[in-house]
Amino acid sequence: MTAAVAVGLLVAGGVYLILQRGLLRVVLGFVLLGHGVNVLVVAAGGMQRRAAPLLDRTDPEVSADPLPQAFVLTAIVITFAITVYLLGLLRADPDRGTGTARR
Amino acid sequence: MNPALLALPVALPLLAAGLLVLAPDRRPLHRLTGLTASAAVLVLGALLLAATAGGAVLTHDLGGWRPGIAIVLAADAFAAVMVTVTALLAVVCLAFAAGTGDDRHRLFVPLALVLTAGVYGAYLTADLFTLFVFVEVMLVPSYVLVGLGGGARRLAAVRLYVTVNLLASTVFLAGIGLVYGAAGAVNLGELAGAAADPAVAVAGGVVLLAMAVKAAVVPVHGWLPRAYSAAPPAVTALFSGLLTKVGVYAVFRIWSVLYGGGAEYLWLVMAAALLTMVVGVLGAVGEQAIRPILTFHMVSQIGYALLGLALATVAGLAAAIFFLVQYVLVKAALLMCAGAVETTYGTDQLDRLGRIVARSPLLAVAFAASALSLVGIPPLSGFVAKLSLVTAAAGAGRYVAAGVAVAVSLLTLMSMLKIWNGAFWRDEPEGGAGTGATAVRGRVRFALTAPALVLAALAVGLGVAAEPLLAFAQVAAEGLVDPSAYVEAVRAP
Repeated sequence: MTAAVAVGLLVAGGVYLILQRGLLRVVLGFVLLGHGVNVLVVAAGGMQRRAAPLLDRTDPEVSADPLPQAFVLTAIVITFAITVYLLGLLRADPDRGTGTARR
Repeated sequence: MNPALLALPVALPLLAAGLLVLAPDRRPLHRLTGLTASAAVLVLGALLLAATAGGAVLTHDLGGWRPGIAIVLAADAFAAVMVTVTALLAVVCLAFAAGTGDDRHRLFVPLALVLTAGVYGAYLTADLFTLFVFVEVMLVPSYVLVGLGGGARRLAAVRLYVTVNLLASTVFLAGIGLVYGAAGAVNLGELAGAAADPAVAVAGGVVLLAMAVKAAVVPVHGWLPRAYSAAPPAVTALFSGLLTKVGVYAVFRIWSVLYGGGAEYLWLVMAAALLTMVVGVLGAVGEQAIRPILTFHMVSQIGYALLGLALATVAGLAAAIFFLVQYVLVKAALLMCAGAVETTYGTDQLDRLGRIVARSPLLAVAFAASALSLVGIPPLSGFVAKLSLVTAAAGAGRYVAAGVAVAVSLLTLMSMLKIWNGAFWRDEPEGGAGTGATAVRGRVRFALTAPALVLAALAVGLGVAAEPLLAFAQVAAEGLVDPSAYVEAVRAP
């Protein structure tokens, strides 16, 4: 439930920001959206089992699912790279992505 | 062939790109390495074709991890033919970029190589999450390539392109998370037929929606004509054959494995296919420049490929695969003609062009052959593709779909005639020399014409000697209709 609410809030905020005019807001919107989806993927592995997933040390019944965590690690790296690229794009834009300067 | 070679189409271009970044300002070296790496993948693709022609599926567990933990690469006939045609297009496009001078940026060749590596990876992977990673490997260089050269119009196109694709990627990742939550796996082998469970079907639908955006299926196609017609000419030619095709390939693969052909949802695919065909071709009617017309037709042609999927028969899928392969070559040839005109005369606006046929007859020949092939005139490859699609549709009793396919071809012919008359055939615009009414001065260099000619010749060749590719597409289609061999090969024991 907590995860569902967190995903909902993050996605709502992200979508709102993406629909704004300035590119900086769009970038921040994508950051929020990325977080929302990451929480979703981690939650897909199950929220109840929280023990460290160490082979032969923890009971598989209580250990967390490591696969979604690995997915999310990869996704975070990709999101980070693209955020940097978007900020570079923003820097290259003469009107800082607001679309207001005379062309 | 040794299955470990499956990793090479991804590893080779990445390695070459990494080395080239270390030697930034040596253009001949860049060109040579780019062409060599792509040609090497082309050879690998031919080996894959030979190995999978009998319907075999090659798999390789990356890094020597235990099966079930390792990332699985798999090649069946469909993947092999897509890898081969991609590599072929990469070679020709890199040669074309050398002609237009689009490769003067010191990162052009490395970025193009990383992009192709992502495409090969997306074709060869057998795992939804790895597919996501490879799609990102493909998209990140494309974000940079679209905007290469700068300018306000291009920057606006970059912004549109990046935001749309980023949103689609986010939705894709969310879909993968939902699939994992509902089915507990992302390996395609484990997911075989999982869509019988409605929860997985809905989660898979989210993934398919994201792939539909990348493939520019109506109603999520709006970004493609606007972004592609503003990108540098060589980049548009490269993207046309690579990016949207990955979307189409993923839709085919996921539909075949996850939904097992999904008869109860096929009407949705059929509706999207027909809408895409019609809306794409009508969008081109209002355009007055070569590249916007051609990019709208890209949308329309995606509809043809989806039509084969919507028929869900071996004949339909075989026709769709043949269509995809020949269309990649033909469309790139057309966009290279447009790029050659734009590079030489500085514009592709039809009202400022004319009489190119007298100045550059070879370019006119290349354009005419590929345009007629796109329309579907015998004996060119487009004719074989469309004939088999229409026959398959009629054979499945879908007469409306067959009728729409023929009608859309007619509208395609009108658009191609508009370009032919406007740019190639009619007299130059009135006004005489010095008024700037016409942009046509001088001849198109042979370096710009040759790549388009090579692809146009392939379009003729694939039309006259269609039999080998048709037989191969048949094998690939059988693998899609009955994916048990693929599933068996990629599933952990």
